[in-house]
Amino acid sequence: MKKNILLLLIVGICFGCSENGSTEDPTAAVEAPETELLPGQEAIVDPDSDPNILQIALGSKDHTTLVAAVKAAEQTTALANNGPLTVFAPTNAAFAALPEGTVDNLLLPENKMTLISIIQMHAAPGSYSLAQLKDGQSLFVASGHNVKVEVREDGTYVHGAKILGTVNAANGIVHVVDKVFTP
Amino acid sequence: MKELLKLCLLLPAVALLTSCGGDGNPNKATQGAFNTNDAAAAVYVAPGEYDEYYEFFSGGFSGQVSVVGLPSGRLFRRIPVFSVDPEKGYGFDEESKAMLNTTHGFIPWDDAHHPKLSQTNGEIDGRWLFINGNNTPRIARIDLTTFETAEIIEIPNSAGNHSSPYLTMNTEYVVAGTRFSIPIPQKDVPIETYKENFQGMLSFISVAPEDGDMDIAFQILVPGFDYDLASSGKGPSHGWTFFTTYNTEKGRTMKEATASQNDKDFIAAINWKKAEEYIAAGNFEEWDSEYTNNIVDEGSHIASSETKHKVKVLNSSNCPGMIYFLPTPKSPHGVDVNPTGEYIVGCGKLSADLTVHSFSKMMAAIEAESYETIIDGIPVLKYEEVVTGVVKSGGLGPLHTEFDGDGNAYTSFFISSEVVKWNVGTWEVIDRVPSYYSIGHLSIPGGGSMKPSRKYLISMNKITKDRYLPTGPELAHSAQLYDITGDKMRLLLDFPTDGEPHYAQGCLAELIKPNSKKFYKLDENTHPYAVMSEEDVRVERDGKNVHVYMSSIRSHFAPDNIEGVKVGDRVYWHVTNLEQDWDTPHGFAMMGARNAETLIMPGLTKTLVWEPKVEGVFPFYCTDFCSALHQEMQGYVRVSAAGSDVPLKWSLGED
Repeated sequence: MKKNILLLLIVGICFGCSENGSTEDPTAAVEAPETELLPGQEAIVDPDSDPNILQIALGSKDHTTLVAAVKAAEQTTALANNGPLTVFAPTNAAFAALPEGTVDNLLLPENKMTLISIIQMHAAPGSYSLAQLKDGQSLFVASGHNVKVEVREDGTYVHGAKILGTVNAANGIVHVVDKVFTP
Repeated sequence: MKELLKLCLLLPAVALLTSCGGDGNPNKATQGAFNTNDAAAAVYVAPGEYDEYYEFFSGGFSGQVSVVGLPSGRLFRRIPVFSVDPEKGYGFDEESKAMLNTTHGFIPWDDAHHPKLSQTNGEIDGRWLFINGNNTPRIARIDLTTFETAEIIEIPNSAGNHSSPYLTMNTEYVVAGTRFSIPIPQKDVPIETYKENFQGMLSFISVAPEDGDMDIAFQILVPGFDYDLASSGKGPSHGWTFFTTYNTEKGRTMKEATASQNDKDFIAAINWKKAEEYIAAGNFEEWDSEYTNNIVDEGSHIASSETKHKVKVLNSSNCPGMIYFLPTPKSPHGVDVNPTGEYIVGCGKLSADLTVHSFSKMMAAIEAESYETIIDGIPVLKYEEVVTGVVKSGGLGPLHTEFDGDGNAYTSFFISSEVVKWNVGTWEVIDRVPSYYSIGHLSIPGGGSMKPSRKYLISMNKITKDRYLPTGPELAHSAQLYDITGDKMRLLLDFPTDGEPHYAQGCLAELIKPNSKKFYKLDENTHPYAVMSEEDVRVERDGKNVHVYMSSIRSHFAPDNIEGVKVGDRVYWHVTNLEQDWDTPHGFAMMGARNAETLIMPGLTKTLVWEPKVEGVFPFYCTDFCSALHQEMQGYVRVSAAGSDVPLKWSLGED
């Protein structure tokens, strides 16, 4: 448990360093809930290497719902492995804006496959920087869907969600978004 | 080879003898442990768990070092040292080529023999691994934070660098001795003038305590014997290094017979602290002797070669007190000083017995100037005044001895193919266990230091007929792992090795593991052709040389489309791996390149040269499955005719 807290603190710092044009401040470290120990390489404490997508998400106070969902869906390995992945990371506020009960419902064991599909909808194989996301582009995401990119005057939108900030990860790119993708 | 054949012929006879049970081998009953769950459990390292020890095996004729975990026997890495390795680009890419330079030119191979871990206060410190090249005399230093060869130094005035590196207890020196005496300095003489013209040389190579940098401190000219193996003193005997000799007959042909005439050869005891005094007093000759010293620059990771020109030579005949001969029976091979530093064990390889000399008795004999004779100015001490014990082993062909720190010694017997455990002090045999077959070296983690561990013993075996699935005429050499925690040795595991290990040395993983480097920091990369980001990538032409400043990151090269290269150009692919993450190397391979691929560790720059011979468009790609889009990590280079006016251009992600 101590290890995890240390990891989060370290990631929090790294995250601050590698932040890239973010309009939010998702850098504050949070304590991992007591019960959640990560498996395998996700548990490696490595303050030297650039943080991976999972570590960035774990280190963000604005993504605790996303992290809880990723853990419940057992998708942590994909976010810590060598990638590359482009992850569209909805904020806690984005999850909170869903109809009441949606998240709790998704976290029920019998809805695990649906949860997995929704999480995978937020991950595109490959590293797409903000500049590489072009207006009208159709992006294939891991759930099997295609999501559409729109470049509007006030920013870049993916599947109707606005990109609020971008963080480079060792194994890809995280774009923080203001809406949860649903099919 | 002939000798080996003869020994092999002897084997069936030995096997017959032992299988009768007439030797009363008490271990027979426990051999079955090899197949029991008990033995399996003792070596089982569960998936995801770490081994307790690192063990570094020499590759012998592979020229490399392999890194193995104990007790599992799992191979983790093969470190290229004296031989090129196309897998890693070692000896092929522009950065590493210089590592294999010698005064004889670029040499792509050597015979790597004895890995020795650096020590501080007689204990393994986990900083470096040294290993000797036997054929073209060299010593390499491997950095144990990166597991890469960091330096190679050539040993001048030498040949057959076998009695090496056998470092001293604070790694003040690694040593080197001539197994093959030669005219020193080299000259054109009839071979039949061996006795007049051939000499040996014992070299002491200093190791800088801060960075490990090696330099030839001094060399000692000695009679033309064969200096076979060595062991440096510790504790009370610190300051001395012991070399076995054979061929004190000075035979030059059919040595298997001519070098086996004398009943006793010698262990040469070198007082290197006395040698240091002679050097400090200026009592040496400075010789013009060329040798090459190759070293990897820490920032650029580029190896460079320096030719050095001078060595300090001490002549053993006019440096009293610096060298003594200890008569030792039957062409001794291994010499091993025990952990307390008091006993010097010589293994007469044509004998059944071991000879144990006492350091304190040796010092008393030297004090009393009690000499049997003097050879070329070197006092020969009296055998009975220095010997303190003889181990009557009942085996045949003793080679090497290791110690467990609890007063037990373990000696390998090549001909009788067994390990014999004996007590240091009573000289009585305690236990014996067969090896399969023809054991050469043996190793206990921490062996050679003052703190060996009493847990495992590894035998390294030359013959594996009937041990593994056959693979044609050439069979793998083997290592066998024994449990030595009890009174009886117990065979636990049998695994094939890389090349032919001539010794292995290990230590607790905790001495090395915490310092293992994860990646190189990009902002510390001082390579002149490095790029720090994709903004810096470019292609520059300088006459017929084209320099591609390229980067790699999951999952693309930048640039990945290049035009304007012409037939007859020499293209330098300088690839910087921009990753700053553990376990993320990228490879680079260019179709038609007549060298190899290169593997680029995160944060480093590597350069592969390519000389296109024909027009066309050729692909290059990443060879190390780096990511889910590894197959897409590929680019093209267009090659135009020699006189064409296609402009140089490069791009990434252009529509």
